[in-house]
Amino acid sequence: MQHLTVDQWSRRESFLHARDPRAKLVALLCFLVWLATVPAVTPEVACGYGGLLLAAALMARLPLAPLLQRTAIVMPFAGTFALLSWLSGDSARAASLLVKSSFSAFAVMLAVATTPMPALLAGAERLGAPTMVVTVVQFLYRYLFVLSEKARNMRLAAACRGGLRRKAAGGAITVLFGSSYERAEGIHRAMLSRGYTGRLVMHGTFRFGWMDGLLALVTVIVLTGGRLLWRL
Amino acid sequence: MAPLIEVRNLRYRYPDGTPALRGIDFQLSGGETVILLGRNGSGKTTFVLHLNGLLQGEGEIRVCGLSMEKRNLREIRRRIGVVFQEADEQLFMPTVIEDVAYGPLNLGNTPLQARETALCTLKDTGLEGCRDKAPYHLSAGEKRRAALAGVLAMRPDILILDEPTTSLDPPGQTDLVRLLAALPQAKIITTHDTGLARALGGRAVFFEDGKIVAEGGVEELIHRFDWEPHHHWSNSARSTGDR
Amino acid sequence: MHIPDGFLAPGMWAGLDISAALSVGYLSRRAQAGLEEGQAPLLGVMGAFVFAAQMINFPVGIGTSGHLVGSALLACTLGPAAAAVVMTAILIVQALVFQDGGVLALGANVMNMAVAGTLAGYLPYHYWGRGPWRRAAIFLGGVLSVLAPACLALAELRASGVPMPGPVVGVSLLLFLVSALVEGLITLAVVGSLEKMNAGWVRTSTGVNSRVRGALGATAILLASVGALAASILPDGLEKLAGNLGIEGRARTLLATPLRDYELRMISEPWLRKIAAGLAGLAIIYVVCLGICRLMTRKQSV
Repeated sequence: MQHLTVDQWSRRESFLHARDPRAKLVALLCFLVWLATVPAVTPEVACGYGGLLLAAALMARLPLAPLLQRTAIVMPFAGTFALLSWLSGDSARAASLLVKSSFSAFAVMLAVATTPMPALLAGAERLGAPTMVVTVVQFLYRYLFVLSEKARNMRLAAACRGGLRRKAAGGAITVLFGSSYERAEGIHRAMLSRGYTGRLVMHGTFRFGWMDGLLALVTVIVLTGGRLLWRL
Repeated sequence: MAPLIEVRNLRYRYPDGTPALRGIDFQLSGGETVILLGRNGSGKTTFVLHLNGLLQGEGEIRVCGLSMEKRNLREIRRRIGVVFQEADEQLFMPTVIEDVAYGPLNLGNTPLQARETALCTLKDTGLEGCRDKAPYHLSAGEKRRAALAGVLAMRPDILILDEPTTSLDPPGQTDLVRLLAALPQAKIITTHDTGLARALGGRAVFFEDGKIVAEGGVEELIHRFDWEPHHHWSNSARSTGDR
Repeated sequence: MHIPDGFLAPGMWAGLDISAALSVGYLSRRAQAGLEEGQAPLLGVMGAFVFAAQMINFPVGIGTSGHLVGSALLACTLGPAAAAVVMTAILIVQALVFQDGGVLALGANVMNMAVAGTLAGYLPYHYWGRGPWRRAAIFLGGVLSVLAPACLALAELRASGVPMPGPVVGVSLLLFLVSALVEGLITLAVVGSLEKMNAGWVRTSTGVNSRVRGALGATAILLASVGALAASILPDGLEKLAGNLGIEGRARTLLATPLRDYELRMISEPWLRKIAAGLAGLAIIYVVCLGICRLMTRKQSV
């Protein structure tokens, strides 16, 4: 499954994997904001930000080729508009669209590939994200695999009997809805019988150490320094 | 000694009006294991859901001397641990350790205590290696044991297991039976697996159409209701072969 | 349409992030109030359902097929507020795990698809859900739930200066129209058969059964989204029109204005201005989120 790879990457070990999710979130957001506010995308800008991403990817000891391949997902969209800009004579904007969208996607992927989703969500909650939304995302992520598997099996079963026609496709989605709803009821039952009172207690066991502070700080200093000195 | 669970004349109808349980009388004493046998849809699971108040029918239920009332629910749910049939529904937290610590946290333990209890339980169930794994990375057997661990971490007096061996491979079944046999709690187990029933059960009850129609030793009931699947297979196979 | 990072102007994404944080905070409180205790698992599982349902292709003839987007379907079953929360969760997972939509642009995507899309998808059902036009209402809801977000997204891109010549807008609108019609068909088919399966799963519409209001509402949504798009294509008219448009347009001017003043008073160097605006936006988002969180926890403990 596609996202299974990212999930497995996130459970590896490296300097970046070991950092507190909050530090990574802060560093990621700073990177994205700085990149989004670059005055003009020049080759120096591309090298600077690209170098930063490369350094992070090496620190995370993740395979580069598959990471790049995944980033290419944004290319059809970005590429179309870049082409449009280039055709209308605005090559600066074309470069800006391509660089900004692909670099941002790569940065997000690095954060997600070095932090298991539960930890990332717990970190986001500690940073102030609304509890309800975080909890819903957590359940969504947990059952994504289970239900996608089910949908795929249904599709296979249909393909074995000659594919899904329109009515059957509607029926398949309905059945999937029903079994998802019932699954949710089953989960609720299981939660109740283990003492659920309406509030999910999250307990991330992470500590914000000096190394984590350092990561966030160094990111900010490098980014700001680059902008002040070389207008990156 | 007073029975751990005492049920008198329990009746329940589904919301659409179909009767599901029609007058169940049942008792469970300390340390005992009772196997619930019966066809699919005969009311075993519905009955079990009444024992910790997830469904409410008419009749009297007492658990460890507590009557089934709203104010007792918390205590009753602590004393009765239910391991559901769908392990995926039971393992709803992101990692195994968090899932096992979920019950203790709800009981008011501090996160540190809950973690300690969870680690202890994981060790007892042989899952130390899966501590930080996500539930979807577990094998079927590990999932089943993790679900059991989540319940055991609440230190219940009574364990209820709904079809614990379904979808387990033979070694997985053996592991689970060994684990269950070593647990001191009183147990109620619904199953179609006669091997499991023989290995664990002393007493068995037989459900039919929402009633308990027979009670006795496991071997006796299996024999009386001809509850050994292989018999049917070989008989029917032979008869078609003859034709 | 998921907008990636790097496309929207800083004022645009910052403003939309703030409005999204506010709206989602409000909607999640509404969702909690509207449903029984312990609904977080249900909402999460239904989000996973939408992902799974997107794997099932829905053939629409001559070799093409579409798939479910889901906001109208969720609105008819879980209610609009809960549906918006589920769609937000879906967008978050798409942005983080699938690189579908940016992180800074998350606010824009949430406003377009989770907030505006869900509300547009529910509105016809709200007014016509009980009358003879029921089937038409469900279909129209599905159509609007795709069309409105698409127009808003195009408008935001255009207003951020992404070049979009007339033919491109026309072609994309045509494509969106096709997928909107598909969404309408799927929603209609699924809601119909869900009702036969278990009537309790589909919400009974609680609105006043008024054709006039329904028609007015649907027209308003269409006008607002198409108007936003038109306004963005005619840049001069944008500022004037934005105030009269939808929530989205209003939020944008409201929130972008203080930032602009802030920029001016600060420094005249363009890059410093942009950093400052970006940082200020981020800080505001953070404070707003924190405030909502506090507010919600206080509500819960009472």
